[in-house]
Amino acid sequence: MDSLKRVLRTPLGVGALSMLGLVFLLAIFAPLLWGEAASETDTAHLLAPPSAEHWVGTDSLGRDLWLRTLVATRLTVLLALGATALGVLLGILLGSAPALLGRRIGRFVTAAVNILVAFPGLLLCLFFAVIFGVGEVGAVFAIGLAGAPTFARLCHTLVAGVQERDFVTASRIAGRSRAYVLFKHILPNIAEPLVVQATIGAGSCLLTFSGLSFLGLGVQSPAFDWGRLMNEGLNRIYLNPLAALAPGLLVITAGLAFNLTGEAIARAFNVETSGSWVTATAAARTAARKVPAAFSAANTVPREVLRVTDLQVGFPGSNPVRGVSFDLRPGEALGIVGESGAGKSLTGLAIAQLIEPPGQVDGEITFLGMPLRPDGGEDQRKLLGTSMALIFQDPMSSFNPARRIGEQLAEISRVHQGMNRRAAWERAVDRLRAVRISDPQRRAGQHPFEFSGGMRQRAMIGMGLMAAPKLLIADEPTTSLDVTVQQQVLDLIDSVREEEQVALILISHDLTLVAERCERILVMYAGRVVEDIPASALAVAQHPYTRLLLAAVPTLATDLDSPLAVIPGSQPDPSTQFSGCAFAPRCPLADDICRTREPLLRNAIPPIDDTRKKPGLGITLKTSRMRLELNLGGKPGSPVHTGQVACWHKGEPLPAPTLIDDDLPDETLAGVGR
Amino acid sequence: MSALENAASGGDFLSAGARHWVRFALRRTGQLLVSLWVLITAAFAMIHLIPGDPVRSSLGLTASQELVETTRQNLGLNDPLPLQYWHFLQGLVTGDLGMSITSRLPVAEIVATRFAATAQLALSAFALSVVVAVPIGVAVAVRTRQGRGRVLDLGFAGTSVVLGSIPDFLIGVILVWIFSVSLHLLPVGGRTGLSSYILPVLSLAVGPAAILSRIVRVEMLSVLEADYVRTARAKRLSATRIHLGHALPNAVTASLTLGGLMLSGMVAATVLVETVFAWPGLGSTIVQAILVKDYPLVQGVVLVYGCGVLLVNTLVDVAMTILDPRSAVIR
Repeated sequence: MDSLKRVLRTPLGVGALSMLGLVFLLAIFAPLLWGEAASETDTAHLLAPPSAEHWVGTDSLGRDLWLRTLVATRLTVLLALGATALGVLLGILLGSAPALLGRRIGRFVTAAVNILVAFPGLLLCLFFAVIFGVGEVGAVFAIGLAGAPTFARLCHTLVAGVQERDFVTASRIAGRSRAYVLFKHILPNIAEPLVVQATIGAGSCLLTFSGLSFLGLGVQSPAFDWGRLMNEGLNRIYLNPLAALAPGLLVITAGLAFNLTGEAIARAFNVETSGSWVTATAAARTAARKVPAAFSAANTVPREVLRVTDLQVGFPGSNPVRGVSFDLRPGEALGIVGESGAGKSLTGLAIAQLIEPPGQVDGEITFLGMPLRPDGGEDQRKLLGTSMALIFQDPMSSFNPARRIGEQLAEISRVHQGMNRRAAWERAVDRLRAVRISDPQRRAGQHPFEFSGGMRQRAMIGMGLMAAPKLLIADEPTTSLDVTVQQQVLDLIDSVREEEQVALILISHDLTLVAERCERILVMYAGRVVEDIPASALAVAQHPYTRLLLAAVPTLATDLDSPLAVIPGSQPDPSTQFSGCAFAPRCPLADDICRTREPLLRNAIPPIDDTRKKPGLGITLKTSRMRLELNLGGKPGSPVHTGQVACWHKGEPLPAPTLIDDDLPDETLAGVGR
Repeated sequence: MSALENAASGGDFLSAGARHWVRFALRRTGQLLVSLWVLITAAFAMIHLIPGDPVRSSLGLTASQELVETTRQNLGLNDPLPLQYWHFLQGLVTGDLGMSITSRLPVAEIVATRFAATAQLALSAFALSVVVAVPIGVAVAVRTRQGRGRVLDLGFAGTSVVLGSIPDFLIGVILVWIFSVSLHLLPVGGRTGLSSYILPVLSLAVGPAAILSRIVRVEMLSVLEADYVRTARAKRLSATRIHLGHALPNAVTASLTLGGLMLSGMVAATVLVETVFAWPGLGSTIVQAILVKDYPLVQGVVLVYGCGVLLVNTLVDVAMTILDPRSAVIR
């Protein structure tokens, strides 16, 4: 009853079940009500066309064809159900054979079923119809047997899925017989999909049966079902098309009723997958979109590769990126760090113009002097295709599995640089060599699945180098790789950057990685940049969030027995509205100002000490629980914060628990809290 | 450069790719041989599984015992079973499928004259449904992704479900009613010129096209969200190139299994559609043969249909392996 209610909750379920109900009502009551009238001969109206008296006309004996069509419902449905029952029963037997009879016989049965499944049902049907003979009983057997393999295959798959579950294994270990396990544990657990399939199966049995009767191989005179009536009606289609069409219409209706009911049951018991986006909002946003200034043929070569001003990314109901601005010089390496959900990946995608509706990008992005627009024309496509390269997190899925690596690289040169097939292929091989893939000629001819993860990521970088990139956006390029491979890939990115003077945006959640590889770091929180800081100055970071992040980085010196440091609380959801600083709820320094007014990015406070005299300083921070050692890679320059910070309390020491290593001069302190 | 050429250019040693191919070819050939044996044996066994004397039931109760005996002798039904099986296999190799009981013509001859008519129907219907369904599926997927185009989505779902649920022979009857009976545009049946192909091909193609377009749409929707499509967009390829060059091949690979089932289903569906249109092919032949109990003829047509299906299935597997080389490794 409960399951019936679930099916009835959807419009599809209501519609399908009422259709099916109608068919069953007809099957039960039509013969009782009109059974006699349907076999009454009217010699005055032989082969009459449709009239007020006979809606669908009469047959050669003057019997009313409409009544005969209605009365035929019972036989049609009964025969279809009979065939279905036979098919389902046989199917379950064959499908559970491996579970019931053991592996060896089971494998044989499965192989046989697999061979039979390859043949269309109708062919099997004809084959069995020959053996069982023409007639309704023969047809029931033929259709039932023909449907069994498909059902068996499904049943087998389902049984195999349940068989390895713990409760089944437990029952088997407890010494229960195979039959007991099958009927007590396995079949009840696959009942729902079986019911769905049986219902849909009943629909196709009905259609097949009508087909056989239509061919004259099923129900024989004087009995009649819809197929038989159509068979008789087809010969007279010029004189009385309705004679064939009326039973045909009922066949379609009944078939659809079974199919849709099956579908409705399936939906009622599965989770709906397609989400419903609010498309209206997206449309409204598109209309309100600011039109960026037209691309003026810039006669002055821009000093920066990329200029981002007040970048915003919105989706219906949320604003994951809320105003990001920065510039990028040629060859500069910029890291973007933050927790997941901080908006760093979306920032990268927005710069690359890869946000798709319903996502919406606002703000200005100027790349190599050209303002980028979501609907940018051919010029923009060419510029981005040749000058901006992207590397994504998962190299396993970022290549098209159906095409050769070489082809995928060569495509860029073919599309954007007009190279011919051979030249583009040579370029691809050359680029693969450039990213240190051995035997590039052979490798180029391989498919992605023949590459390891690290090789794919290198090939991905090679793809970015096909033309003449000026900017490389790498979004978590090493997250899914082994640690040793990570270093290789990052080294490769470094050398590419040096050799080709490519600017880099490295997006990562890993602060130490970014600090090692980049000159400048944007720390993002809840869709905003909270600190824009030279990597060399991390030790004197002024935003509490940056400092807490630093403190949460474990090092070799971290006490393994202590729990990893974490920042308590979590980022605000991008769909919520809040006033004040987004970090305030988690910030040890937060006060009333922080909670009411959002701080803007302002220059970091100037250093008040003489730290600039100590270049390449290594810093050791120590908390009550852990020691943090940050090696700034010997980069020249003193830790002076020349960037920007968005905080009302920038640079203020964090409250206890704070512990400072006594060995260090006071000037280098960074507050550390937990 | 095709995968085959690539495998061949592996030089003096077999590359990993080529080894997959060899293994795939061996396994697939094995499968094909087993299926073929099952088919042949089933066709042979058919006559012997019929309850009673097939010759008696074929010739009717009024036929003389003498005639029945001669026919049995001619068909070799009095030989021991293994010998009959041997003769049957020998016949197959030499292209001898026996004699039709009713027409007394060699079965091979009847099948040969009717084969082309059926193959034309099935192949043109298959081509038509692919040509129509794939673009529709792709276009609907592109326009309805991520919850866009709700109206189109609903309309497409409804239409395709209904069209996909109507059996081919009923579509045939409806088409005849519309285009032959009401509009007098096209012939009601027979195989007379190009215009007589239109309705049978349409009736075979509509249902499968509806189902195929649904599958293509679903596959396309999931492929469009794949990382490598994002990569393709990052390469700034045109929308056409992304959809047709990068997404479609992957969507089609997954739809191909269904395409194969569809084609073999179409081969079988010719049985019904040929009857509607009085089409002189194998389908109408086998129905008539079953009705008059001409078992050797039934046997012959079953064999041809079965071989057709096996051929289609094998071709689909090979095509799939070329399109998606992983499948040769995984399966």
